[in-house]
Amino acid sequence: MSEQTATCMDTILDEVLGRYPARPSSLIAVLQDLQEALNFLPPVALNRVASALHVPRSQVYHVATFYKAFSLTPRGKHLVSICRGTACHVQGDEKVADMLHAELGIRDGETSADGEFTLQSVRCLGCCSLAPVIMIDREVFGNLTAAALRRALAQYRDDMTS
Amino acid sequence: MITSPEQLAEYRAKCRSAQTLLRPRLLVGMATCGLASGAAKVFAALREEAALRGVDIDIVATGCKGACFLEPLIDAVIPGKARVTYAGVTVEDVPDLLDAVLAGAVYAKRALARETAECLLIEDCAEPYPADANLEGVPAYDAVPFFHGQLHLAMRNCGYLDPTSIDEYIARGGYAAAARALTTMTPEQIIEAIKTSGLRGRGGGGFPTGRKWESCRKAHGTPKYVVCNADEGDPGAYMDRSILESDPHSVLEGMIIGSFAVGANQGFIYVREEYPLAVERLRHAITQAEELGLLGTNIFDTGHDFTLRINRGAGAFVCGESTALMASLEGRVGEPRAKYIHTVESGLWGKPSCLNNVETWNNVPVVIQRGAEWFAGIGTEGSKGTKVFSLVGKVRHVGLVEVPMGMTLRAVIEGIGGGVPEGRQLKAIQTGGPSGGCIPAEYLDSPVDFESLSSLGSMMGSGGVIVMDDRTCMVDVARYFLAFLKDESCGKCVPCREGTGRMLDILTAICEGRGEPGDIEILRDLATVMSEASLCGLGTSAANPVLTTLQYFADEYQAHIADHTCPAKVCRALLRYSILTEACTGCAACAKVCPVNAISGERKSPHVIDETACIKCGQCYEICRFSAIEVA
Ligand SMILES: Cc1cc2nc3c(=O)[nH]c(=O)nc-3n(C[C@H](O)[C@H](O)[C@H](O)COP(=O)(O)O)c2cc1C
Ligand code: SF4
Ligand code: FES
Repeated sequence: MSEQTATCMDTILDEVLGRYPARPSSLIAVLQDLQEALNFLPPVALNRVASALHVPRSQVYHVATFYKAFSLTPRGKHLVSICRGTACHVQGDEKVADMLHAELGIRDGETSADGEFTLQSVRCLGCCSLAPVIMIDREVFGNLTAAALRRALAQYRDDMTS
Repeated sequence: MITSPEQLAEYRAKCRSAQTLLRPRLLVGMATCGLASGAAKVFAALREEAALRGVDIDIVATGCKGACFLEPLIDAVIPGKARVTYAGVTVEDVPDLLDAVLAGAVYAKRALARETAECLLIEDCAEPYPADANLEGVPAYDAVPFFHGQLHLAMRNCGYLDPTSIDEYIARGGYAAAARALTTMTPEQIIEAIKTSGLRGRGGGGFPTGRKWESCRKAHGTPKYVVCNADEGDPGAYMDRSILESDPHSVLEGMIIGSFAVGANQGFIYVREEYPLAVERLRHAITQAEELGLLGTNIFDTGHDFTLRINRGAGAFVCGESTALMASLEGRVGEPRAKYIHTVESGLWGKPSCLNNVETWNNVPVVIQRGAEWFAGIGTEGSKGTKVFSLVGKVRHVGLVEVPMGMTLRAVIEGIGGGVPEGRQLKAIQTGGPSGGCIPAEYLDSPVDFESLSSLGSMMGSGGVIVMDDRTCMVDVARYFLAFLKDESCGKCVPCREGTGRMLDILTAICEGRGEPGDIEILRDLATVMSEASLCGLGTSAANPVLTTLQYFADEYQAHIADHTCPAKVCRALLRYSILTEACTGCAACAKVCPVNAISGERKSPHVIDETACIKCGQCYEICRFSAIEVA
């Protein structure tokens, strides 16, 4: 890691740790904010969190690997969540997975070669009336057809060029 | 600051007169479902058009009325006139809709229904709207099939107010129940009222809420905590999200009353991370309530202190379970513990903790305000009040439906839901999430309440009702749930961790045509062990989806195992796609849509599918306009 990214990481860590009281119950909230700021949880960050919150490192890793929201490896720029809830399953989540595979060449848990998209399966996005549903970052796309999916992805691809 | 019921009443009067409108008001449904249906575009277009014309009109974002299939929904409130709901409004409708509203008229093209009276959660509150000849063609709410027979108690404010405005909540009678409970009732009286009302937990188990509160009040140890379970894990259920996004204050009010009743000064709301909008709305609501002194110290000058914190979940289904949720609140991994000692006695940090679901908390002000007897008059003997169901899957009218308990499945699915679409056959109804089961169409006349659903081998769960038609394979559904549960099992205890894995292996084999004659017996054995020996509800009920499908759809399992066929044509490994030469016109639509280029042929002459390349995705079948694709 270059010196510059190291100081940048330190600033983020200080900032996030400053938001919460330094006690074990803040662990999940701190990791959530770090995941959002850094896009993954690097070992240096986990170690700093452990000492700052007075939690054993083993427990920090336990938490960081137990919850699905955390990733110990870098994720793509955009997180594509495909809903695997019951309503979406009945309305063809498999087909959506196939379409995503055709568009991005990735399956559940993988990141596209260009580092743009990471695909994850989630249980019910709470928009079951729009099944099948995906969420890109925080935006929900429902009643998905192949054309709608292509439009949605293009929107995020365009975002990065603009 | 509001420190007495009188001040609250004054404040309410002020809010109401501020809103007893001087100008028309448009409320656009902008919960997550509305947003995904394009409500934001309509909202922006309305604002732009109104600004362009320089007209005096309020355009605000509101929550979700439940009619998700009709989004985007807009309510128009014109001074001195009845509230009218418009459905399926598009950007193109905006100019005409504005014209109509500004002229005090009705935009007939999109008018869905009209309200007959304004109902608020305060006594004698139903104020009928004046007669209006303009409205003759617009049906009353109850005349619209989707709303007929519905009773919105939990959803009382959903779609009626701006969820970011505490003033609007108070104007509709909000916090009056909290004022009454804290200033005129003792904790014991509140608990008695909740017990008399018959309110049972809406989070799945249906535990009597009053009894839980009583145990927590009597438990030794301080401090005590109240907790709101907003983890909403059951796939296919989204009423909690909708309530939090559309009416966050109703949950806060319930928790204020509960905290006073059990004697807690600190509360937590545990919201799943997939609901960012709900978190935002809650944060905002808490700040507003604090500013008015409805949260904080010495609430209503009673000496009762109560503060609320929000915690976000981190993507683990099992954290909906009470002990796992509390572990997660403490910053630990969400692994359940054995419940020899209940969480009402030893919960968060080993202290007495009272955990209730979002919808349960939201019902509390209704019980206090309308009275326990009134509430107990709704529903059935054992299941009082209403329940919000999310009616989804293969049904015409998808959305959130709130009905008195005890209504029949038929009335819900065929009446309100409009039945299954496209002349398909209803096959089964899945309720209760992964712990529930599949109820076959024969039982459509069963009432929907805690007892009836359990007696059918399913359960109420959090209220997901997933309708399945004849294109749904029940073995695949069982496999789906086991895959879900295996994935979500925390792995702490062996029967669940290994049992879900074994069951999934067997069900996958059956779906892939590798099933063997003894498989069903092994599934049943596993089910027995898991239900008896697992540590938490996830494991003990994990076999329910398998057991109910085995019970009601045994022949489908047989078809998979003995004949290697999937009657519903869902299990891919058992399907073969081919093109009927006589029917194929060579339009090449299928070749274009095939993601793996498995279809070839000259234009205008019959095409063929390369079976070795085919991944059986079915896209060709769906696109072919000549019924030339055959699935066998
Ligand atoms: C695996 C599992 C998941 C659960 N998920 C939820 C949930 O997402 N939301 C919920 O309110 N209750 C859930 N429950 C039920 C809770 O444990 C608890 O009974 C409930 O929140 C109590 O509130 P109530 O009495 O108001 O229903 C779950 C239970 C189990 C065993
Ligand atoms: S039953 Fe399953 S989820 Fe519950 S404690 Fe055991 S392994 Fe964990
Ligand atoms: S099942 Fe997909 S959003 Fe609920």
